[in-house]
Amino acid sequence: MQQAETLSARPARRVRWMNRDRAIALLMIAPSALAIAVFVYGFIGWTAYISMTDWRGLAISTSFVGFDNYLTIFSTGRFQTNIRNLIVFTLFFLASCLVIGLLLAVLVDARIRFEGFFRSVYIFPMALSFIVTGVVWQWLFAPGNWPNDPTGINLLFKQSGLGFLQAAWTTDTNVVPGWRIEGLRTRIGIPMAMIPVVVAAVWQMSGFVMAMYLAGLRGIPDEIKEAARVDGATEWQVFRHITLPMLQPITLSAVIILGHISLKIFDLIITMTGGAPGNNTEVPGLYMYEITFKANKFAEGAAVAMVMLVVVALLVVPYLIYNRRTEVER
Amino acid sequence: MLTTKWLKLFGVFSILALALAACGAPAPSQPTAAPAQPTTAPAQTGGKLEIFSWWTNAGEADGLNAMFELYKQQNPGVEIINATVAGGAGTNAKTVLKTRLQGGQPPDSWQVHAGKELTSYVDAGQMVPLTQFFKEQGFDKVMPPKLLEQITYKGEIWSVPVNIHRSNVLWYNIKIFQENGLTPPKTIDDFFKVAEALKAKGIIPLAVGGKDRFETPHLFESVLLAVFGPEDYPKLFQPGADWSDPRVRQAAEIAKRMLEYSNSDRSSLGWADAAQLVLDGKAAMTIMGDWAHGYFIGKGAKVGVDYGYAPAPGNEGVFMWLSDSFGLAKGAPNPEQAKAWLALCGSREGQDAFNPKKGSIPARTDADVSLYDEYLQYSIKAFSSEKLVPSVVHGAAAPEAYMTEYGNALNVFASDLDVDAVVEALKDAAKDLK
Repeated sequence: MQQAETLSARPARRVRWMNRDRAIALLMIAPSALAIAVFVYGFIGWTAYISMTDWRGLAISTSFVGFDNYLTIFSTGRFQTNIRNLIVFTLFFLASCLVIGLLLAVLVDARIRFEGFFRSVYIFPMALSFIVTGVVWQWLFAPGNWPNDPTGINLLFKQSGLGFLQAAWTTDTNVVPGWRIEGLRTRIGIPMAMIPVVVAAVWQMSGFVMAMYLAGLRGIPDEIKEAARVDGATEWQVFRHITLPMLQPITLSAVIILGHISLKIFDLIITMTGGAPGNNTEVPGLYMYEITFKANKFAEGAAVAMVMLVVVALLVVPYLIYNRRTEVER
Repeated sequence: MLTTKWLKLFGVFSILALALAACGAPAPSQPTAAPAQPTTAPAQTGGKLEIFSWWTNAGEADGLNAMFELYKQQNPGVEIINATVAGGAGTNAKTVLKTRLQGGQPPDSWQVHAGKELTSYVDAGQMVPLTQFFKEQGFDKVMPPKLLEQITYKGEIWSVPVNIHRSNVLWYNIKIFQENGLTPPKTIDDFFKVAEALKAKGIIPLAVGGKDRFETPHLFESVLLAVFGPEDYPKLFQPGADWSDPRVRQAAEIAKRMLEYSNSDRSSLGWADAAQLVLDGKAAMTIMGDWAHGYFIGKGAKVGVDYGYAPAPGNEGVFMWLSDSFGLAKGAPNPEQAKAWLALCGSREGQDAFNPKKGSIPARTDADVSLYDEYLQYSIKAFSSEKLVPSVVHGAAAPEAYMTEYGNALNVFASDLDVDAVVEALKDAAKDLK
């Protein structure tokens, strides 16, 4: 049927405003444009619509209730906790990845022996899926009946005489400092159980940041550094005032790429902690999954999805605008 | 020049055609494949059968395979697709199932807890009524009326129960109890006395999991039953139930004390890991459904030697039940094969093959008791003589929206042990009782 459409489009090629090149170009992009329009934007629109209905239960319902679902989810302590966890996870994940990635890049860039080997070692974790990372690190960070009968990393500490380093890891229920604010149904602070999750995520992604920075470092012309050194700059000054500023675009790209991974994180957390203890490591992605597919509250689940979309858009859209501007400048 | 342009254009069209064919492929393939077999083909002449369940652990998977073997003998040539999704209490499986149902690609038959959980699929028009089928097979005469009540909705029967599980069982390590001269606790007070004695010996009194996110909610329903009793407990899950009752707080206080006697790494262990702690002698007791019995058997342990059983503290004389059942999907790709499956599920032969391995009791009253081990014989007797109450965590008592809220309230409680918060959260959750 769609083939027939494209066939009938053939005569249109002869119309003046539409020359052959343009027609071919349009035909080339039409299928993917159509697919994206329907399967991406169409379903975003559908989700937005569902989020304003009262769809509960397995049978679809489309009566319009406005922003009620949004008010409902934002007023639950659980979603507030999710947002807190998301902020904590994203900040720690981004900061650690950038710092460790840069550090590794500078080290590898120092023309050490076996550079290729180290580069591969640091990048390898990225080849794994978050599911694998989650399962493995869940085993590592399962505390067992510590301190006497520990498992995982605690056992390692105990056997190497570092028993005092044992901790509750993913089962730590503390939130530090755990302030309560009037009107909020969650405690403000860093949920300690999130730290092992961040460690696993950083382990997986910092190699990727290293690769990006390494490319950036190799792109900085030696002449500029040489000139600075001739002017009497110390190595630290060269790094601080030449290397770092010239890596800024890389940092921005890394923040965008890591940021959108982090804001949408689901697979790592569901395999590693499942959101436990309590909701201390739960993020909106998990909440959406649970209220949609377990509680059958499809409308509320769609509302959570829309909130996640907006949060990611807040990060990505300014970047796209900035990119466009700098491209125009060029 | 012209010819190359035409060539290019031809190329474009062929690519387009390919792309469109690729886009269109998944949709038509389903309807063309589906009607191919069912209409006339009797079950015996081959075809396929897709069965969806969450039975993957030791014991339960063995039971399922035993039924598959029987099915293959009775229906030679039918290829069985065993669609299992791991995860205790079906937490993950139900999600996969729902996306498949909404995508219009149902398995032929799927595992569903009898009771409230069943009704959500019926309301969505995703199941086929089986009342006539029950009469044909004579199932309505051999299944307990209490059970039939739970699979009847809007005047029709919707699924075939294959087993009965008991959820309020205390499992304990016999050796630990003997060595310390203890007897399994009958009441809540007994429990704390025993727990204190065990703690003093450096043994974890109660093993509790949390990774499958139903373990603490499971523990709490048995505490609720102990505090409210068999008359008032089921009322808690009726629409408009009164959760401001002071006994809710009392139950929460008890659960808090119980959790304080449990392992601190709850949230990193699944229910089976907790059962393993008991088997390994690291913990003395765990409160879990009798699928733990299937797990223990699967691990090579012996009932009455390695581990013992008793009703959960304060649950004496009350059987908290749940039942796994299978229904027939509306629009099932292979309805004839699926009906043969359901006939097997409800048959004495099928249930006697499945249940001894799974560690559950048959949903029929005429099963061959001699096939069942010591615990299951005890359970069969208890089911017919004790008071019956439905389990909430396992879908028998309340709708899924409520189960999720109730479950989350208790999972948070397992982490912060905040009695005020859980009482509030349970009150909030009651809004979802419909």
